[in-house]
Amino acid sequence: MSRQEIRLAGSGGQGIILATVILAEAAIQAGMNTAQSQAYGPEARGGSCKAETLISDQTIGFTKVQNPTFLMALTQKSLDQYGPEVSENCLVLIDSGLSAPQDMKAKRIVALPILDTARTVVGKIQTANIVAVGCINDLLGITDAKTLEKAVLMHVPSGTEQLNIKALEEGFKLAEGHEEK
Amino acid sequence: MGKVVLMQGNEACVEGALVAGMRLFAGYPITPSTEIAEISAVRLPQEGGKFIQMEDEIASMACAIGGSVAGVKSMTATSGPGFSLKQENLGYAALAEIPLVVVDVQRMGPSTGMPTSPSQGDMMMARWGTHGDHPVIALCPSSVKETYDLIIRAFNLSERYRTPVLFMMDEIIGHLREGMELPELEEVEVIDRKTVKYPEPKRLPYHIKKGKLVPEMAPFGMGQRYNMTGLIHDESGFPTNSNEEAEKLIDRLMHKVSDNYADIVKCEQVGMDDADVAIFCYGGTMRAASSAMDEARKAGIKCGIFRPITIWPFPEKELLEAAKHVKRIIVAEHNYGQMVLEVERVVKDACRIDFLGRYNGTVITPDDLLAKIREEK
Repeated sequence: MSRQEIRLAGSGGQGIILATVILAEAAIQAGMNTAQSQAYGPEARGGSCKAETLISDQTIGFTKVQNPTFLMALTQKSLDQYGPEVSENCLVLIDSGLSAPQDMKAKRIVALPILDTARTVVGKIQTANIVAVGCINDLLGITDAKTLEKAVLMHVPSGTEQLNIKALEEGFKLAEGHEEK
Repeated sequence: MGKVVLMQGNEACVEGALVAGMRLFAGYPITPSTEIAEISAVRLPQEGGKFIQMEDEIASMACAIGGSVAGVKSMTATSGPGFSLKQENLGYAALAEIPLVVVDVQRMGPSTGMPTSPSQGDMMMARWGTHGDHPVIALCPSSVKETYDLIIRAFNLSERYRTPVLFMMDEIIGHLREGMELPELEEVEVIDRKTVKYPEPKRLPYHIKKGKLVPEMAPFGMGQRYNMTGLIHDESGFPTNSNEEAEKLIDRLMHKVSDNYADIVKCEQVGMDDADVAIFCYGGTMRAASSAMDEARKAGIKCGIFRPITIWPFPEKELLEAAKHVKRIIVAEHNYGQMVLEVERVVKDACRIDFLGRYNGTVITPDDLLAKIREEK
């Protein structure tokens, strides 16, 4: 897998940071190098938040994402904020409920009903981050389903395993038949 | 090869400390060091140790001192505002010769500054923050793995030299998660202080046995009664106003560190064999430097890196030698200019010195460094 610079954005409380931690864990489990970090802020709950994971088969020097190869946004506010920053070649995953800002240069956009799937199919909106992890892995091909499942189980609270595995599977399904706009 | 795990810098700090034998953490949580307290609170009881949250940073420093005097390897962790508060008791620990580790995960200051933003603005406070002349050992990790290994070394140095060791992290490394290989525990060197086993009447607590570096410690509570003080004292541990004793004590404290420079001071030099330009950096700044060095070399610029791992005592011998073989040194640090003063003191006219400082809460990027490297003469 070539170097991936992954940036996830949403609102505080959506589990954006956990999603990047799970992607980093998946990379480690798959034998790759990774660096995960997040922008903290006093607005940690409710405001826009972003978290990042670098994945590479090479040693990682600088640990921050500079030119995202992948951006996901789960809220309009975070998409408006971070969308225009990414380059033409960046793959952008957005929730179906959002619309891409006019000044966004990225050409490759995938819209999937992540929040809706978490709410209605999985039955818990809090699992949206895990649905997203399933989608992201499918889009980027970080690792196999089994390894990703292991990474999820290493980081979700005990008692929520079944729910989160269901969320992950729904994520896989969502991304399977995706179309780039 | 050991198992590779995903770990955060602050987590590696705790896990390494536990391997080194830390069994007391006394602290007061503060961003970006909070995970160290949180994880210690979970992990210490599992290892038969104790975690205590004190009412503030002054008290947590005092508590760590107390734990160590009672014979338990102790650590406290904080960030800039708390590090300021710990300075008074830090001086006490230096004078009374109490081994312990103080972690400072640096954030943007001064004062409460920008709590979540990286900085390296406490480097001079580490050296000069507490009053009076005293020796300082301070270490700076630049990866999660190095945090783990180096915190073990911090404990070892504190035990060997009976002195507080400052562990100068920054938000970049503290909050970074990356993979690290766990060492085989039986291969890890752990040093314990020399202690008195049985109470001895009339024992002089600060008497140094022939051939020894520091006085043996009698853990409080084992039956040996003695005095410990922040006043200048003689071998008896009681205060003295003797000018001769004062000079003798300060000389001894300073020399126990300076005479062991070779054991204490470590630095890393990358690509320095043929370098024309060297980046001087430490801690989290190293990560931008290593990417910048790779890019510069791709562009045909012979770039190297000089990185102190031990920041105090300052690695002056190695730096001066390195400076003789390069045309320029670029000092990159997340402050308004602190370690650059040491570089200037040591290098003098051996080569040109440029400075790249960052003090707005953002991090120095490889591109920032490349621009500096390419700057017109």
